[in-house]
Amino acid sequence: MNSPSNAAPEPPLDSQVIAPAAMPATRPLYWSVRREWWENSSIYIAPLAVAGVILFGFLISIIHPAVKMRAALADPAHQRAAIHMPYDIGAALIMGTIFIVGVFFCLDALYGERRDRSILFWKSLPVSDLSTVLSKASIPLAVLLLVAFATIVATQLVMLLLSIVVLPRNGLTVAAVWAQLPLVKMWLALPYALAAMALWQAPIYGWLLLVSGWARRAAFLWAVLPLFAIGVIEKVAFNTTHFANLVKYRLFGWVAQALDPQAHSDALMDPLRALAPGRFLSTPGLWIGLAVAVVFLGAAARLRRYRGPI
Amino acid sequence: MTVIEARGLRKVFGSAIALDGVDLRVEEGRILGLIGPNGAGKTTALNAILGLTAYQGELKVIGRDPWNERDQLMRDVSFIADIAVLPRWMRVRQAVDYVAGVHPRFDRAKAESFLAKTTIRRDSKVGELSKGMVAQLNLALVMAIDAKLLVLDEPTLGLDILYRKQFYDSLLNDYFDRSRTILVTTHQVEEVQNVLTDLMFINRGRIVLDCRMEEFESRYLEVMVHPEQVAAARALKPLHERQVFGRSILLFDHADRQQISTLGDVHTPSIADVFVAVMGDQAGVVQGAAK
Repeated sequence: MNSPSNAAPEPPLDSQVIAPAAMPATRPLYWSVRREWWENSSIYIAPLAVAGVILFGFLISIIHPAVKMRAALADPAHQRAAIHMPYDIGAALIMGTIFIVGVFFCLDALYGERRDRSILFWKSLPVSDLSTVLSKASIPLAVLLLVAFATIVATQLVMLLLSIVVLPRNGLTVAAVWAQLPLVKMWLALPYALAAMALWQAPIYGWLLLVSGWARRAAFLWAVLPLFAIGVIEKVAFNTTHFANLVKYRLFGWVAQALDPQAHSDALMDPLRALAPGRFLSTPGLWIGLAVAVVFLGAAARLRRYRGPI
Repeated sequence: MTVIEARGLRKVFGSAIALDGVDLRVEEGRILGLIGPNGAGKTTALNAILGLTAYQGELKVIGRDPWNERDQLMRDVSFIADIAVLPRWMRVRQAVDYVAGVHPRFDRAKAESFLAKTTIRRDSKVGELSKGMVAQLNLALVMAIDAKLLVLDEPTLGLDILYRKQFYDSLLNDYFDRSRTILVTTHQVEEVQNVLTDLMFINRGRIVLDCRMEEFESRYLEVMVHPEQVAAARALKPLHERQVFGRSILLFDHADRQQISTLGDVHTPSIADVFVAVMGDQAGVVQGAAK
C-alpha cells in the first residue's frame, strides 16, 4: 500500500515546498467517528429519551406502588427482587434501545451518503474506504456502548435519588434499599455485559453495513427479507427451524453464554460473580461471529470503492 | 512534472463506451478545460482520474494509480464535484473542523480568511445556505488545501452570474500559481475562455481536439465574409459556416491570416464557436448516452 515515492528522502526543490504534515493514521478515523456523532444525533437522543420514559414510569411506580409491588416490598423474601426489578428493567430497556439505534444507523450509514451524493465529498478527502467503514462500525461497537453505560448509570442514580425522596412515605427506608442494591458492583459488571453483547452481535452490524453499502434502494428490506425468506423456505421444505434458531441465537445468545446467574447463590447481591468471561471467550459462536463480522466489514470497505451516488 | 498521464484509457458501461482509448498528458501549472457534449465521457474521465471508477488502460496521477490509491492521492488532489455534494446536515464549523482533522495539507487560517470575506455564518447548516454560499464554502475548503491538482466538475452549475464570475476570480487570484494544476469541465465555455491555458474537446469517449490556448488563438480564425466573396471564401475549405443576419461567418483552421483578411472582418472565434464547428454535426447523436 505504501508508495515508495512518498518515503524517499528527497531534498526540497524549492524553499516554498511545505513538508507534508505528519498525521497519525488514526486521526482520519477519529474525525470520521466524530462526524458520525454530528450527523446522527439519535445516537444519544434515543437512549436519553428512553431514560426519561423509564424515570417517569419509575416515579409513578414509587409514588403509587401497585398492590402486588407493595406486598413484595413488605415481604423480606421478595423484597430484594422487588427493589432490583426497576433498575434491571431500566438497564435492559436502554441496552435494547442502543441495539435498535445501532441497527438503523448501520442500515443508513453507507446508503445515505450515496443517496444524498455526499459520498463524492467524503471521497474527495484522504480517508480510505476502510477507515470510513471502521468509523461507521465503531458506532454500534463502541460509541453506543459508552452512551449506554453513561445513560444507565445516570438513570439508576436518578432512580436512587428519587427513592430517597419518595420512599420514606412508603415505609421502606433508604438504608434498606441501599443495603439491597449493590449499585457500584452493578456498574462494574455493566461494561462487561455491554461489551459481550456488542461482540456477540458484531456480525449483525457487519451484515447491515454490507447491505447498506450494496443496496440501491430499500436497504432495510434487503437486509431483513432474505433472512426471513430462508427461514420460511426451511420451515416449508423441511419443517425445521434451524435458521430461525441461528438468528435468535445471534440476537440473544450472548446472555446465556456471557452471564451465569446460577454460578453464585446470590447473583443479585454480587453481580460480578455472575459474569462468566471464561465460558464466553471459549464459546465457538463468539469467534465464528467475529470472523464473519470481519469478512462483512472487509467486503463493505471493498464495495465502497465501486460505489458512487445513486 | 507531468501531473496526469493517461494512455489508452477505456471504460465501458454495458454496451455504452464512455471512454474509447483516451490519451492525455497534463503538465504542472496548466489550467485545462475538458469540453464536450453531454455523455461525451467528461465525467467518466474525471472519475477515473479521481479514483472513483475503475478503468482499463494506463493512468497515473501525480505518479499514483488513482483506483488503488485514492486515499493517498487525495492528499495532493482536491475535487469539487458540483455544489450539491456537501452534506446538508453539516454545520459550516463542523465542515472546517472535519477537513482540518483529516487533511494533512489543510490550512485552517486560510479557510477562515476566505470565509470571513463571505456572509456565511459558522453555525449555519449547509442545507440552510444558498447555492452560491455552498459554492463559496466548498471553494474556501478546497483553496485552503495545498494541493497539486484541483479537479472541478461543472463547478458553477446552477449559480448566478455574480457567483460564477467570483468563483473563477478567486480561483485565479487567490489559489492558482504555476505549481498547481487545474482541470475543469464545464458547459459554460464562455466563462472559462480567458482562464484556460489548455483546451481539450472530448466526444464519444475520444479526444477530438487538444491544443494550448496560444495555439488556439493563432490556429482558428473566424471571418465575416463580404457577400461578394462568399464563393472565394468557401473555396478555401472552411471548417464550418454559419449565417448571422444574412451574412456568412466562416471558421478556418490553420488558414493564412493575410489571405483570409481580404475576405472580410477577421477575429478569433470563441471556444463555443469552434466547439460547434468541430463536433456540431455529431454532438446531437450522443445526447443522453451514458455519462
